[in-house]
Amino acid sequence: MIEARSLSKRFQDKKRGEIRAVDKVTFSCEPGKIYGLLGANGAGKTTTLRMLATILEPTDGTATINGFDVVEHPEKVRANVGFLSTATALYPRLTAQEMVEYFGRLNGLDEPTLKKRIEDIFSRLDMNGFRDRRCDKLSTGMKQKTSIARTLVHDPPVMIFDEPTTGLDVMTARTIIGFIADCRDRGKTVIFSTHIMSEVERLCDHIGIIHGGKLLEEGTLAELRAKHNEHNLEEIIVKVVGPLANAEA
Amino acid sequence: MNLHAVGVVYRKELTEWLRDRRTLISTVLVPLLAFPILISGMISLSAVLIGGAKKEVPKIMIIHGEDSPAVVDALKSNKEIEVVPFADNWMDQISDKQIRAAVEIPEGFQASLDKGTTQTIQIHYYEGEIKSEFGAEHVEKSLKAYRDDLVKKRLEAKNLPDTLIAPFDTKQHNVAPPEKVGGSTIGSMIGYMVIILSMTGAIYPAIDLTAGEKERGTMETILSSPVSRLDLVLGKFLLVFSASLTTAILSVTSMGLSFAYMGHALAKTSGAGIHMNLGLTSVVAVFLMALPLSVLFSAVLMTVALFAKTYKEAQSYLTPMTFIVVIPAVASVLPGVELTPKLALIPILNTSLVCKEIITGTYHWGSIATIFASTCVYAAVAIFVAVKIFQRESVLFRS
Repeated sequence: MIEARSLSKRFQDKKRGEIRAVDKVTFSCEPGKIYGLLGANGAGKTTTLRMLATILEPTDGTATINGFDVVEHPEKVRANVGFLSTATALYPRLTAQEMVEYFGRLNGLDEPTLKKRIEDIFSRLDMNGFRDRRCDKLSTGMKQKTSIARTLVHDPPVMIFDEPTTGLDVMTARTIIGFIADCRDRGKTVIFSTHIMSEVERLCDHIGIIHGGKLLEEGTLAELRAKHNEHNLEEIIVKVVGPLANAEA
Repeated sequence: MNLHAVGVVYRKELTEWLRDRRTLISTVLVPLLAFPILISGMISLSAVLIGGAKKEVPKIMIIHGEDSPAVVDALKSNKEIEVVPFADNWMDQISDKQIRAAVEIPEGFQASLDKGTTQTIQIHYYEGEIKSEFGAEHVEKSLKAYRDDLVKKRLEAKNLPDTLIAPFDTKQHNVAPPEKVGGSTIGSMIGYMVIILSMTGAIYPAIDLTAGEKERGTMETILSSPVSRLDLVLGKFLLVFSASLTTAILSVTSMGLSFAYMGHALAKTSGAGIHMNLGLTSVVAVFLMALPLSVLFSAVLMTVALFAKTYKEAQSYLTPMTFIVVIPAVASVLPGVELTPKLALIPILNTSLVCKEIITGTYHWGSIATIFASTCVYAAVAIFVAVKIFQRESVLFRS
C-alpha cells in the first residue's frame, strides 16, 4: 500500500531561486493495482517516486509505504520497496549473480534463503545463461533482467518504476511490461511513470496526471475518459495540462 | 550502525577494487615497481657514468712551470693523466671538454721551494662535470705525492724522523647501532614516503567509490537499498583505508628492499654502502603512527571526491590536495625542523616529524601520545563530516 499525503519537495537553485518540484501531492495505491504517474519532462514524476523510495527526503508532507513512514523509517521503507529506473545502473565489475546477491545481503537475507531466491528468479527470468558474466559485458536486455532480479530479490510488497522502458528496444520493453503486470498479479502494489500511452492503457488501474509539481487529475482510465469526453489518453493529458503549459509559455 | 551491512558493503567494494585494472596499477603495481626501477636505473646510470669517467685518461694542460721542471716532470710521469701542450684558450678547452683540467704553476715556484717559502698551485676544472672532477682529483693526488716525497727528503737531509710532521694519528669509531646509522641515512625519508604514499594509494579508490559511482549511475541504485547512509559510508571508507594502507606497506617494503640492494651493490663496487638494518620495532611504530593519518586521508579524500559529478572533476579537486600534503611532509625532512609542542598539533607535519624521530630510535612518549591522539581526533572529525556530506541530497544529486 502506498499513501502520499501533501508530499512536497522544494529545491534551491542559484539562478532560479526556490523551485517547487513537487507541491502537495496526495494519492494512494492499493496492493494488486498499478498506479500510473503521467506528465511531461520536469513535471515532478521522478522527484515524487524518489521521495517514495526515500532516495530524497520530502520538504513537507509525507508518505507511507506498507505502513512505514518515509521520513520516520526510511530504511524500513526501502526494505519494502523494489525501485527501478533508467538511472539505477548495475555495478560493471560484478557478475549478474554477484549484483543480485549483493542486494539480497543488504536486505538482510540469510544465505540459504538468498540462494533459493536467486535460483527461483534466475530461472523465472531465464538468466542462467549469463549469471556469471560481468555486468559491463551484458546486452541491454540482460542488464534490464539483472536490474529486475535486483529489485525482486527481497520480494518487496511495493514496486516503484521510473520510466523503466525509456530508451529500450521493443523486445526488452516487452520484458519489462510483462514483469510489471506479473508484479500486479502477485498482489504487489505498483506505481510507475512513463511517457508511453500504450503502456498506461495496457497496465494502469489508476492514473495521476502531474504538471508543475501538482497532481492535476486522478482517476481510472474509464473515469478520465468519461470526465473529458475523450477516448485518446494523449488528448486527455493535453486537455488537462495544456492550459497551464500554454500559460507558462 | 549495522556491522553486517558495513561488512557486506566492504566485501563488495573489495571485489570490485580487485577487478579494477586502473586502481590496481596505481595502488599495487606502481608502488611495487617504482622503487626497484628507480634504484636500478640510478645504479646503472651511475655505473655507466662513473665507470666511463674512471676508464678515461684525462688530458691535462700545464700553465707556466717553465722555471720549475721538477714538478712538471712529476706530473708528466703520472700514467693516470696525459699532459698536453699549453694553449692560450685553456679555459675554453676545459669548458668544451677538450681537456679535463689545467694546472697553473706560479712563476718562480721551484725557487720558492728551494728558499722554503710557500706558493700555491691552482688546479682549474669544471665543477659538476664528472670527468673534469676526476681529472682534477688525479692532478691533486699527483701533486700531493710529489709534496710528500719532498717533505720526506727534507726530513732525511736533516736526519729527522717522519713522526716530526705527524706526531699522532686520528681514527673515527662509530658507536651508534646499525639501525640508528640506517635511520639517520634514510629515516626522515621513510616517514615522508609512508605519508605521501598512504595518500596517493587512497586517491583512486576514493574517486571510484564516490564520483565514479555517480558517473556510472550506480549511486541511485545503492541508495534505493535498505543500507543506511552511515553503513554505506563506513563500508566504502574501509575500502579506501585498506587501499591506502596496502600502498604504503607495499611501497615501504619495496623501498626497503631496493635500498638494501643498492647498499649491497654500492658496498660491492666502492666499499661504501647504505646501512638498511632498520629495527622492525621502529618500522612497526611508524606504521602505527601513520594509521590515524591514513584514516584522515581516506575520509577527507572521499568527502572531497563526493562533491564531483565525474571522475575527471574529482581528479581536478584532488590534485591540489596533493600539494597540501606534500608541503608539510617536505618541511619535516628539512634540516633544523624539530618537533615542538605546537608543531605536534599540526596534522601531517607532526606525524612526519615523529616518524623521523622514531626511525632514529628516539621515543618522546609525550609527543607520540599527543600526535596520535590529535590525529585520531582529526580523523574522527573527518569521518563524521564524510557521513554528514553523504546525507546531503544537494551533493549526491548535484546537477
